Amino acid sequence: MSMMLAWSVTTAQILLGCAMACAAFRILRGPRAQDRVVGFDSLYVNAMLLLLTFGIRTGSTLYFEAALIIALLGFVSTVVLAKFLLRGEVIE
Amino acid sequence: MTMPYETILIVVLVLPFAGSCLAAFLQSNARNAEAWLAGAISLICLMLLVVSYPHIVNGGVIRHTVEWVPELGLNFYLRMDGFAWVLAALIASIGFLVVLYARYYLSPQDPVPRFFSFLLAFMGAMLGIVLSGNLIQLVFFWELTSLFSFLLIGYWYQTAQARDGARMALIVTSAGGFCLFAGILILGHIVGSYDLDRVLASGDKIRAHSFYIPALVLILLGALTKSAQFPFHFWLPQAMAAPTPVSAYLHSATMVKGGVFLLVRLWPALGGTNEWLWLVGSAGLISFILGAFIALFQQDMKGLLAYSTISHLGLITLLIGLDSPLAQVAAIFHLMNHATFKASLFMAAGIIDHETGTRDLRRLSGLRRFMPITATLAMVAAAAMAGVPLLNGFLSKEMFFAQTIETHDNSLLDQALPYIVTMASMFTVAYSLRFIAEVFFGPPPRELSRTPHEPPFLMRFPVGLLVLACLLVGIVPGLTIGPLLRTALHAVLGDAIPTYSLAIWHGLTPEFLMSLVAISGGVAIYLTFRSYLLVAEGPPLLRYIQGQRIFDRVLVAVSWQFARRLEELLGTRRLQPQLQLLFCAALLVGLAPMFAHGIEFGGEARTSFNVAFALIWAIGCACALAAAYQGKFHRFAALIFVGGAGLVTCVSFVWLAAPDLALTQLVVETVTTVLLLLGLRWLPKRIEKFPAADPPERDSSWRRFRDIGIATAFGAGLGALAYAVMTRAEPDSIARFFVENAYALGGGTNIVNVILVDFRAFDTFGEITVLGIVALTVYALLRRFRPAAESISVPEQQHSQDLYDEAQPTREKGDTLRSAMTIPRLMMALLFPVICTTAIFLLLRGHDLPGGGFVAGITMAVAFILQYVARGTTWTEEHLRILPVHWMGAGLLITACVGAAAWLFERPFLSSSFSYLEVPWIGSIPLASALLFDIGVFALVVGATVLMLIAIAHQTVRSHRTPSSRASAASPTAEVG
Repeated sequence: MSMMLAWSVTTAQILLGCAMACAAFRILRGPRAQDRVVGFDSLYVNAMLLLLTFGIRTGSTLYFEAALIIALLGFVSTVVLAKFLLRGEVIE
Repeated sequence: MTMPYETILIVVLVLPFAGSCLAAFLQSNARNAEAWLAGAISLICLMLLVVSYPHIVNGGVIRHTVEWVPELGLNFYLRMDGFAWVLAALIASIGFLVVLYARYYLSPQDPVPRFFSFLLAFMGAMLGIVLSGNLIQLVFFWELTSLFSFLLIGYWYQTAQARDGARMALIVTSAGGFCLFAGILILGHIVGSYDLDRVLASGDKIRAHSFYIPALVLILLGALTKSAQFPFHFWLPQAMAAPTPVSAYLHSATMVKGGVFLLVRLWPALGGTNEWLWLVGSAGLISFILGAFIALFQQDMKGLLAYSTISHLGLITLLIGLDSPLAQVAAIFHLMNHATFKASLFMAAGIIDHETGTRDLRRLSGLRRFMPITATLAMVAAAAMAGVPLLNGFLSKEMFFAQTIETHDNSLLDQALPYIVTMASMFTVAYSLRFIAEVFFGPPPRELSRTPHEPPFLMRFPVGLLVLACLLVGIVPGLTIGPLLRTALHAVLGDAIPTYSLAIWHGLTPEFLMSLVAISGGVAIYLTFRSYLLVAEGPPLLRYIQGQRIFDRVLVAVSWQFARRLEELLGTRRLQPQLQLLFCAALLVGLAPMFAHGIEFGGEARTSFNVAFALIWAIGCACALAAAYQGKFHRFAALIFVGGAGLVTCVSFVWLAAPDLALTQLVVETVTTVLLLLGLRWLPKRIEKFPAADPPERDSSWRRFRDIGIATAFGAGLGALAYAVMTRAEPDSIARFFVENAYALGGGTNIVNVILVDFRAFDTFGEITVLGIVALTVYALLRRFRPAAESISVPEQQHSQDLYDEAQPTREKGDTLRSAMTIPRLMMALLFPVICTTAIFLLLRGHDLPGGGFVAGITMAVAFILQYVARGTTWTEEHLRILPVHWMGAGLLITACVGAAAWLFERPFLSSSFSYLEVPWIGSIPLASALLFDIGVFALVVGATVLMLIAIAHQTVRSHRTPSSRASAASPTAEVG
């Protein structure tokens, strides 16, 4: 792996970490429950991207699969949280 | 008959149990079919035993061994020698007679399948005791007899007497069985084997061992409780609440003989010491005297016979305790005789009860006129019990007297023994005489509800046959019982059978004189005290000391008072103190070695610092702390915090190269969020301010600080431990084996999965079974769950949205929901096949790459749950029949079948095999039997997850209904199941 790529991956990881921190701030701070849910969703998206950077660094496809699973199932938590806020219960 | 003799043993043992299963499924009024079945089975057993007789005569033994756990020296070992043969023949023949008798005894209203099923199973268990060549196996059958005795005593469970009697018998005999098991384990430890042959051959070693006394005492506790010997005799009279055939079979002829059987059986190994003489001898002597004395004062026919049984078993036990070969001869002889005359007397008592409706000696009188044949039979049997010459009881009793005259340890008691037993025998004669005189002689009975008459011939037939046996043995003993007795003795005593004589007349010997004194003394006692006996309320002096009352007191004290006090002292229903205790205890246990030995960290290389990783961990920690902080009052926010911490955990797993774990953690996170949100719906809202807290709320800050302290200490401790482990070199553990052999032996490159479905498949099998049980339990509990009153109404949001919809003329109720969900609903519907495909992908490739049945199962469950979220319960269940219980059942069946299929190839349960399969277009795919196993895991996980989540979701459907319709309509969860 070239020097360039290594640096960019590290930078990307740190920046993604910062993005996660921003999302976490929104989760912790609120103030509304809806803000927390949106923050939570973006936390998932950032985590998924972080996994992709691992994939690039190691060259293993396993990480892409893990990212795929997050992409596919990560929204489920968001959906049920949102549904709960909308209707007061998840399954009617 | 060409059947090999080893097979006969198996058949004799299995046939009654098979018959028991069959009998249980016949119709509840099929008295004749049941009797035919049970009778045929006992006759076949008897015939098979007769056929095998030539092989066990003269000390022959038939053996049959099936390996069970040979590594532990445990084999299923059937062994029949002469002694076992005699007992087995007794069990089968009296079993046949009892079945015949019970056919007429039970009324058409009684549920006969239960009776005959238990009776046959009992017969099988009893045969198991006498035919066991392995002592642990013997204990197993021993406990089975206790169990079936319990069930049979409680046959008429509608009456409190039957229930109490059954419970007492079970507690006493199974406690004894427990002691016996402990004793047998000690015995096995001493000998080094549970093989009966080896135990019998190591008598000297056992007697010299320092554990001899504990082993002896424990085994005696087992034998004496079973044979109702003092001080455990009290359960037998209570057991008389059983139907009379049961009393005749279990509580006089067979089960209570189990104890003395065991004593005779183990006598060569355990006997021959002073302890044996005193322990066994004194228990027998006291039971003999006490039983005979109390029997005289009984007013209930069966009560009299029960105490008489205790007394006669005491006589046999005393003989065994006297510890000489000749005494064993007498003991075995009396054992057979007692079975014949006592069973016939019980049956006669049952006939009288059946015909007159009472068993009270004070109300019965003069029945000789109404049932002359029964009367004659009962008189002969009672005479045999009393020891009248020309009957079998006389012969064995004379032998008994002769043995008591012999000198044993020449103590004062030994010298007085002949006088004591003669005295006790007077009581025997007196109660036998009383039984006959009160029932059959005197004026005709008054106050009876019906006129008694002779019973049907076949009901009387068993009594007649047994009485005939008493007579034949009594008159021509050498021709009838002689060979059998010799066969039995050969098995117990080996070649050194002492000389004994079975003649009726031995001349004017001291023992004959003792018999005469006993008979005349007994007649005198009865005639003197006759009128007193009719009014006496129990025996003088002893009536105040009653075993069963002491037993009841102890039982109440232990199981009720003591248990409740303990619960008050230590128990709490509140979760917080329980957790606090648990954590503090764990903390102490963890800290103790740390203080004793200190904690060291190893010198392995540490991973280097990474900014991104540290940042992510900071986020995770913040989320976890926030969750703890907000957990009490802002549950929804806390749930999101927990989700954030979970996500950070997943990323850490990926970072530290555990993609398998990360995958599983991720799907579990998702399902957990759904689960908690489903639960959140039913938790009541926070009550902001209590109206006038009374008493004033205590300051809770100190409590919080304490809890934080405990939690911090606990977390720090765990962290330190983990750090200490991770910083030292990995020890050479079993892990290396898995890494090296996962592909070679399991055919997979995903080691975690190969461990789960191949190397440790049996554990997984157990775990998924537990998961299934948990899911069913959750479902069962939630079916009857009623939410708290505060949370039962429709949520605020739905209420206001409905109000808005109804207020607008252009809108219908539910429009807000429909419009808000239009796009998510479409997305979720489109994603359904995608998620299902992913699940199947994860399942199929799990053996080689991250994935597997568990992850795939949860993913599949998520796909189903999403449809519920999108469309609601009613719509989803109309369009998608999921049937989670079927999924679970299929999963368990598949795993079990895959495991059992290994047997077809003569490999152990759950052995796996693998090969490659050429599929057109796809190419070579690995095909392991473990994949099938994984499919089973998958199906079970899908079913269990969906079942649990939907069970909670169904609360909503139910709470929308009005109370009246809720009561009438079937639960909607039934559709799910």
